[in-house]
Amino acid sequence: MAIARVAEPSGSLQEVREWGLDREDLLQIYRNMLVTRGVEERGHILYRQGKIPGSFYTGRGNEASAVGVAMAMGADDVGTPLHRDMGVHITRGVEPWRIFAQYMGRTDGPTHGRDGNVHMADSRLGLLAMVSHLPAMLPVAVGCALAFRIREEQRVAVAWYGEGASARGDAHEGMNFAGVRRLPVVFICDNNQWAYSTPTHLEYAVEHLADRANAYGFDGVVVDGTDVLAVYREAKRAIDKARAGGGPTLIECQTLRMEGHAVHDDAFYVPKELFERWAERDPIERFRTWLRSNADMADDEEEQIGSWVKKLLNDALQRAEESPQPDPATLLDGVYATPEDLDTPHHK
Amino acid sequence: MSEKTYLQAISDGLRTEMRRDNRVFVLGEDVGVYGGAFKVTLGFQEEFGSWRVIDAPLSETAIVAGATGAAIMGLRPVAEMQFADFVSCAWDHLVTVAAKQRWRAGTPVPIVLRLPSGGGFSGGPFHSQNPESSFAHIPGLKCVCPATPEDAKGLMISAIEDPNPVLFFEHKHLYRRIKGEVPDERYTTPIGKARVHQEGDDVSVITWGAMVYTAEEAAKSVDASVEIIDLRTVLPWDKQAVLDSVRKTSKVLVLHEDTRTGGFGGEIAATIAEEAFEDLDAPVRRVTAPDTPVPFSPVLEKAFIPQAEGVANALKELISY
Repeated sequence: MAIARVAEPSGSLQEVREWGLDREDLLQIYRNMLVTRGVEERGHILYRQGKIPGSFYTGRGNEASAVGVAMAMGADDVGTPLHRDMGVHITRGVEPWRIFAQYMGRTDGPTHGRDGNVHMADSRLGLLAMVSHLPAMLPVAVGCALAFRIREEQRVAVAWYGEGASARGDAHEGMNFAGVRRLPVVFICDNNQWAYSTPTHLEYAVEHLADRANAYGFDGVVVDGTDVLAVYREAKRAIDKARAGGGPTLIECQTLRMEGHAVHDDAFYVPKELFERWAERDPIERFRTWLRSNADMADDEEEQIGSWVKKLLNDALQRAEESPQPDPATLLDGVYATPEDLDTPHHK
Repeated sequence: MSEKTYLQAISDGLRTEMRRDNRVFVLGEDVGVYGGAFKVTLGFQEEFGSWRVIDAPLSETAIVAGATGAAIMGLRPVAEMQFADFVSCAWDHLVTVAAKQRWRAGTPVPIVLRLPSGGGFSGGPFHSQNPESSFAHIPGLKCVCPATPEDAKGLMISAIEDPNPVLFFEHKHLYRRIKGEVPDERYTTPIGKARVHQEGDDVSVITWGAMVYTAEEAAKSVDASVEIIDLRTVLPWDKQAVLDSVRKTSKVLVLHEDTRTGGFGGEIAATIAEEAFEDLDAPVRRVTAPDTPVPFSPVLEKAFIPQAEGVANALKELISY
């Protein structure tokens, strides 16, 4: 018996308008999802060309969850997206060429070659760079919310984690603190059903991870993470509630990991039929169909968006390839911050 | 100037910054109504309110990670571990997140973490440790270990002002035992600068924290002129002050309360060997705790923590080398 509320699927254009999304917003969501997938597909090509050192991770299947939540965030809100959440970076406005530069360890990536993959963030866009230790950034996001509460700012922190990381103490300790102090934070659990090769029944024994919210004194919601508009609606509700002083919410997005854990992993342990079922629920295809039947997206418009995305990514790839390798002479720079480094939007 | 205990000087430094800068706030277990396990923040909640002196749940992870997030958002958290030993629970947030965020992501993390450390009163294996060398190995962190009330206040203010994560190791055995004149006004003590605790010509003792006083006592019982260098901070550490002293005396004893293998004394000894080998008239000598957990029994603890008598014996051997 679920304790968390199970969210309704998204509805008609009329209903979507009531949540504050106009047609242009809907097309923006679609573009963001396409760019997200396109960035990662081209990342695969770069990897196969030997241009990406180390390993390579994607969030294929998680685009609706990432983009839906990020669209619901306000300009001054902050977030700690993880390695399946490229859609958050794209939606917040990170330029794709910088992501390709990051993949290749070049100077113009957000970490200038000091870290790889999705271990990046543009703090000017309100994002904090993830670490590999999951979910270490979750209680850090709670700390951001604590700062907002202390300063009595109407801002919200969004903390991402996955069903695998839900087994770690950081998740418990962060959520407990947030619940005790009713901090303006929204927890997003991307439950993509596989933590590397470990299925959900070996990670947790409750029906839904969102049921745990009840134990921390706040609301839990389960939403179909392939339904971008339902994700948006639930994230918006939770963020508005947090902003109004109503405390945290835990949203479990039931989503998909349509590829292996990373590029080296062929996911042989995932049953083939499951991959087939997931392909039928592809979040991008699902939203494309919705737009065509509910928002009059016609062939020419769809084609126009497709070419825009293609050009954006082609140009981005070229620009990233021109980005220089980092200079080894800079290796020692910036281990320690200087007082001037505190001249950031947050340290105003 | 007024006479203050080491503990009062820490409070004074913290209070000075909280009055001056409303971004500074305190976060920890029992820091509010109770005033902290050692009463460093006694009366703070009355003065600054419950959102600037925040009683956290029993979670070192939430405290250090929470401080990290708040610092990235522009505040200046001073987080307290009830005992330095408990920082192990927050290792990830300190070492994985806070220490590396500036270098890899360009995000400064100006937090201060107060760590009541050290033994001497039967705290046993989990309330007595001196974990500074574990953190002195982590690029991105700073580690300060004041020995005097004046430095405790000045380094607290410097730590809060610093744009990096600073671990403030405050030795519990100094809290009420050590008193000294402390300026009433605001001042800073530079991080990374050693202090000559006692000038001498025959032999140098390089140490920090409570061992400064053990060295002082030992020096009284030897028939030689002993120079005592109080390092004050171990990351960054004042290499120049150590080398200058070694070049002056030609004999050196490195003394710390932490255990021996991998202790910070090894780094100091190696640096002296690399950079001042030809100035030495005797091998570098180390006096440290042995490689065991900290024992509970007073008899065993006395055998564990370096005592003045043992330090004096080592000094005598060095002098007669």
